[in-house]
Amino acid sequence: MSKTLFDKVWDSHVVRKIEGGPDVFFIDRHFIHEVTSPVAFLGLKSRGLKVMYPERTFATADHNTPTINQHLPVEDPLSANQLKALEDNSNEYGISHWGLGHQKNGIVHVIGPENGITFPGATIVCGDSHTSTHGAFGAIAFGIGTSEVEMVLSTQCIMQPKPKKMRINVNGHLGKGVTPKDVALYIISKLTTSGATGYFVEYAGDVFENMSMEGRMTVCNLSIEMGARGGMIAPDETTFAYLKGKPLSLKGAAWDKAVAHWKTLKTEEGATFDKELNFKASDIEPMITYGTNPGMGMGISKHIPNADSVEGGIATYKKSLDYMGYHENDSMIGKKIDYVFLGSCTNGRIEDFRAFASIVKGKKKADNVTAWLVPGSHEVEAKIKEEGILDILTAAGFTLRQPGCSACLAMNDDKIPAGKYAVSTSNRNFEGRQGPGSRTLLASPLVAAAAAVTGVVTDPRNLI
Amino acid sequence: MAYDKFKVLTSKAVPLPLENVDTDQIIPARFLKATERKGFGDNLFRDWRYNNDNSPKESFVLNNSVYSGKILVGGKNFGSGSSREHAAWAIYDYGFRCVVSSFFADIFRNNCLNIGVLPVQVSPEFAEQIFNAVYDNPNTELEINLPNQTITILSTGAKESFEINSYKKDNMLNGFDDIDYLQNIKGEIESFANNLLL
Repeated sequence: MSKTLFDKVWDSHVVRKIEGGPDVFFIDRHFIHEVTSPVAFLGLKSRGLKVMYPERTFATADHNTPTINQHLPVEDPLSANQLKALEDNSNEYGISHWGLGHQKNGIVHVIGPENGITFPGATIVCGDSHTSTHGAFGAIAFGIGTSEVEMVLSTQCIMQPKPKKMRINVNGHLGKGVTPKDVALYIISKLTTSGATGYFVEYAGDVFENMSMEGRMTVCNLSIEMGARGGMIAPDETTFAYLKGKPLSLKGAAWDKAVAHWKTLKTEEGATFDKELNFKASDIEPMITYGTNPGMGMGISKHIPNADSVEGGIATYKKSLDYMGYHENDSMIGKKIDYVFLGSCTNGRIEDFRAFASIVKGKKKADNVTAWLVPGSHEVEAKIKEEGILDILTAAGFTLRQPGCSACLAMNDDKIPAGKYAVSTSNRNFEGRQGPGSRTLLASPLVAAAAAVTGVVTDPRNLI
Repeated sequence: MAYDKFKVLTSKAVPLPLENVDTDQIIPARFLKATERKGFGDNLFRDWRYNNDNSPKESFVLNNSVYSGKILVGGKNFGSGSSREHAAWAIYDYGFRCVVSSFFADIFRNNCLNIGVLPVQVSPEFAEQIFNAVYDNPNTELEINLPNQTITILSTGAKESFEINSYKKDNMLNGFDDIDYLQNIKGEIESFANNLLL
């Protein structure tokens, strides 16, 4: 029987099948961070277990780190304690640890690929739902809970039933100002936040084939926001070119052998999916969200839908618009905003900073806007400086912060104040996600940049 | 971590009929700073439950003494968003042992099963019947029977069966977890790993 890309990677990692139950599923690469790992290590200790393959686990501090003055001790004692726990646990069990201040430190889903830890055909997990990012390389990558972190540490396996398969095809040419983020937000707006629950997605079609690795990572990153455990894209020359020569990528003959194998990782003709969806690139505009989940998004030129035209509960929908302070039929263009956040595992890579800079170049930050520009890693930060992007940003009145998850989940001090509006390149617009009472408009780096220089929601196509 | 065995649970229920309840609502990120699994129940639904000055919001169901019990009944797509197991811990620590919904987010469901909270998925119609019965009479009890895989509204006798895979069911009935299982097949895992390319 013809196999899909997903079948090939999944089936080659099943250690044992349990009748009427999950598969025992082997994990090639495991990332841990300070927030979801401490209790897993406590579990190991209380059971007297060791880490089975410490060389397959990589630790970085990102969720709960400050994005200014990283050279100083972390002020919040609870956060400092989590960072210390990660360091101590990593040292005790022999796990590589890129903590705060380390030159390779950064957001887990940014540093994994940029160091070549991620590779095609791999199975990758982390106690973080945006682990789906690594699917951009043709890996099966998904988020797990802390109990599963403990399983991976102690046995390098988790127990997972094989998900159903969905293929999402997007073909055609993306219009001016339409980015990978818009493609993802568009798909989520069509599927809702639960439309792909129970499925693993393969993205196919020329839009993804023509996309850079950064763009593919943005798309796969957001798979979880439609409920999918993960999403993946078949590896190709773009993938190999990105990985070649990365610090932990294979070298020489081993690299050639791996590439030969990776080239076989594609869905075969005739392989079937449980569900297949088709979208046209030309239907996609720059997107923006108006509500309190990522499915509540629309083309930036559209009006907020009426409650009776949306699927699902009217009460939930109205509660959401109330929280945002918006009304049915409102246009988003021209809405006043207070904050702009460029960063996160969704849009904290070099291409995102290039895109942002392309709009703000020669303009000035609007006076009413506070902007937090947070690179995904020190490597991204270094490239921003090397490429002259920092000079453009500085001239336009912006400053650069230090790497971390920052205002995406606002565990650190980067919190949007109650009632304020933030155009954010991150992944979730849930109530209070960016700080208690904060109001989030999810969008691409281009839309964020257009808002940052005008102070209101603005169609970036007018500034390109 | 092993947990209490789950067999038959008969309890009143707490209704929360909102859809798409995400894990940031169940436990906001700023309460994820602990390094031990303790006290998360205090911050369950923190921002829906308390005002900024920490006074309870009277309109929220957990602050309404009319409703109580070990079963939380949520709206469609319960537990979406972040993979934080802290959400399941908060629900457990507050005293719930079962969450009922017409649809669960995937990772949340998994996390619940791994810590001994039973996710029971029912049809949208049956969920509606539960909400109606509990709003009519908050003392209405539900019976969750894991061996038979049924959920019953005791006041009306309405009953529906629910799905759970037999492996997870055995775990819940016996209070076992996956690590117990995996520890026993480490040799098999090792031989598997030895044959991998990378």
